[in-house]
Amino acid sequence: MKKSIRWGLVIFITPVLLWLFLLIVLPQVDMFIMAIRGENELREVGFTLSNFGLFFSEPIYWQTFARTAVFAVMVTALTFIITMPVAFFITKVVSTRFQGFLSLLILMPFWVSELVRVYGWMILLRESGVINHFLVGLGILDRPVEFLYNDITMVMGLVYTSMLFMLVPLLSVLDSLDNSLIEAAYDLGANVWTVFTRIIIPHCMPGIVSGSIVVFMLTLGNYLTPNLMGGKNSLWFTEQIYNQFIASFNWNQGSAFGFLLLILSSAIIWAGLKLTGQRLGKVVQ
Amino acid sequence: MIRNVPQTRTYFFGFRLYMVVYFIFLFAPLAVTCVLAFNDSMFPSLPWKGFSLEWFFGHTLERTGIFHDQINLTSIWVSFKTAFFVSILSTIVGTMAAFLFEQEDFPFKGALFFLMIAPLVIPGVILGISILLFSNTLGLFFETQFNLDFGLFRPGFWLVVLGQFSFITTIVTLVISARLKKFDPTIEEAAMNLGATRFETIFHITLKFLRPAIIGALAVSFLISFENFNTTLFLVGSEATLPINLYLQVRDGSTPVINAISFLIIFGTSILALVNLYFTKKE
Repeated sequence: MKKSIRWGLVIFITPVLLWLFLLIVLPQVDMFIMAIRGENELREVGFTLSNFGLFFSEPIYWQTFARTAVFAVMVTALTFIITMPVAFFITKVVSTRFQGFLSLLILMPFWVSELVRVYGWMILLRESGVINHFLVGLGILDRPVEFLYNDITMVMGLVYTSMLFMLVPLLSVLDSLDNSLIEAAYDLGANVWTVFTRIIIPHCMPGIVSGSIVVFMLTLGNYLTPNLMGGKNSLWFTEQIYNQFIASFNWNQGSAFGFLLLILSSAIIWAGLKLTGQRLGKVVQ
Repeated sequence: MIRNVPQTRTYFFGFRLYMVVYFIFLFAPLAVTCVLAFNDSMFPSLPWKGFSLEWFFGHTLERTGIFHDQINLTSIWVSFKTAFFVSILSTIVGTMAAFLFEQEDFPFKGALFFLMIAPLVIPGVILGISILLFSNTLGLFFETQFNLDFGLFRPGFWLVVLGQFSFITTIVTLVISARLKKFDPTIEEAAMNLGATRFETIFHITLKFLRPAIIGALAVSFLISFENFNTTLFLVGSEATLPINLYLQVRDGSTPVINAISFLIIFGTSILALVNLYFTKKE
């Protein structure tokens, strides 16, 4: 009995260890080693911090970096504000008969690939797009306006593509909230705001945190949406990384940028977990 | 505020108006993409010039419908192949990982679990880059040390499969673990007391119990793989997957063929979503 269980452990743990070490740990270590390698003035390859130095000395890099971080936090907050009422409506307001149907309907669009959804927005918003067609047709605009390629559209696109990852955890935590708690609060004279901040938010915290982590991480590392919907001026840090790798073929520099992005995302997620008193192992389940 | 608490009229209508606006926001881009796939025009935009199936079945010099468009058809096939291997591999390893973390005990289990969920908080671009770098390092090592050349270490089909596998397995593990948590271990013990080995027990009892979750995980991993862009971008070689191929076409100006492909994707994933829902409801 004892022996067979040990064999079970060996059979289960081998593929898991291979997966985690060969595809997660060692590649990250390798990326770090690449990041601290570079050529000196004599074209000799050695360990150096110059790749990180360039990041701080060229304003375009650290400004894009900071911009990406700020926008990702903003997108996360906006996604929460927009989807919270939706999750509340489905779990608490609408009659139970429609609940299943509505939640299915609301999750359906997210099964479709991000590219198709962004493409849909491009057809709607661009200068020759559907919205311009109607606005000009109705006489609201004299001539078409380019709605694409600016920060506002890009943020909207990022919110749109990541709503699912906020909705699912919110639906599940709200579902487990006992309605009688809200009723009791009303009976005791609480107003909407008090109910929201004292009952709903504390109960939903694990879901809010897990949704926020995923949305934040996906937004920070997004390449597609900023690239297609953002303008020439709305650079995203992943585009900088991509340019280093594919356009400049400077893999050491690109690795340094990639490493910085990894540090940034881990640091902000860690700070978020600490601030809200949650634990990663708990919130992902 | 909730169903059984009386509401004011403004609140009632305000909330419903918000939901209507939200649903329009949610479906507008998809609806417009689908509708324009049938527009008899050279551009994916209004005005409406009449209904046409040319962008699906057309086979003229001017208009090549998706069913005759060799480049796009090839990329759809590549995506299918990729998603097939990724979903099978990640479901097998993910199921093993679920057993490992739910039923086995070993030193450093907490640390390994933490490592297992790490891919969820590593941006996909970073995963792609690091795997590209590491495979390149390995390739160089084998070439200089042993004068061996492995195609696997260069960007291409199998590297894409490995890159997607690296984070989709985490999702599969979490899905199957959630189901395994609900399993009553006394049933396994009973089977083993009656003389079954550990693997007979798992095969005949536990895996039967997990079947809906495993099918669900297969569907989910297939879809995630089929539409992955960020990780694939760095690992793709000469065989572009559908999202990469579409991205290049959208970036360089689009034709209604993209709408036709989008229509097929929307249609196909909706069906897969319904199938997945049917199996998860059974749990």
